Amino acid sequence: MQDAFFYLFSALTLICGFLVVANPISRNPVTSALFLVLTIISLAGLFVLLRAFFLAAVQILIYAGAVMVLFLFVIMLLNLKDEEQRKIKRTSVILGGIGGGALACLLVGTLAANFSPGQPNLLMVEGSTMALGKILFTEYLLPFEIVSVLLLVAMVGVVLLSKKELK
Amino acid sequence: MTGLTHYLVVSALLFSLGLLGILLRRNLLLIYMSLELMLNAANLALVAFSRFNQQLNGQVMVFFIITVAAAEVAVGLALIVALFRKRQTVHVEDLNTMKL
Repeated sequence: MQDAFFYLFSALTLICGFLVVANPISRNPVTSALFLVLTIISLAGLFVLLRAFFLAAVQILIYAGAVMVLFLFVIMLLNLKDEEQRKIKRTSVILGGIGGGALACLLVGTLAANFSPGQPNLLMVEGSTMALGKILFTEYLLPFEIVSVLLLVAMVGVVLLSKKELK
Repeated sequence: MTGLTHYLVVSALLFSLGLLGILLRRNLLLIYMSLELMLNAANLALVAFSRFNQQLNGQVMVFFIITVAAAEVAVGLALIVALFRKRQTVHVEDLNTMKL
């Protein structure tokens, strides 16, 4: 049963990931952004299969709910009409395909060479909110506080960069 | 029985798809979205390793990666909007000079 869900979610992830990158039907950036949202949601499903429940919820709330909304907002702000008429050159498609395919063959080949069959579920830790919260506030307290400062700095930087005249 | 290798293969394929998107597309926003795809592939690999090594450190790292990625997307999109205001284009081949 879990295997069926794994294959379903991973197939959904890879198909939607491919449609983000190379959509044969329409070259609208909005379509790619929506397929990226679907990819993120299928990844959250894979996280649930890996027992990382808090991370699955965080992924949907923050990544699909805030980051992708920001992306779509910016895509619709810049009125990209002439993107769809520009042709993609044949050589760039071939070279890009060779590059991506080479990396995929390298990684998957290495993984398949060291293939180990799955073990039955032993005593594995669950990524519940309480367990993650405990470790976040004791062992990883310093990165937690630094990340909050980082978010403040990013917010100030975005407000500054969006001013009308950059003096 | 799905083991660690299955999840890592999915992560590797997703990473290569993101790389393909960066190499192939000429729109800045689509290149940025392929970059986010690569980040998500790394997140999946980290969570898979954390699960199969019975630790929580991988999940904490993914928590921080999601946060930093959100901040990075905000700053990057502000840069793209500022660039668009100056040069009226987001096509990478038109942005071939450092002069504003």
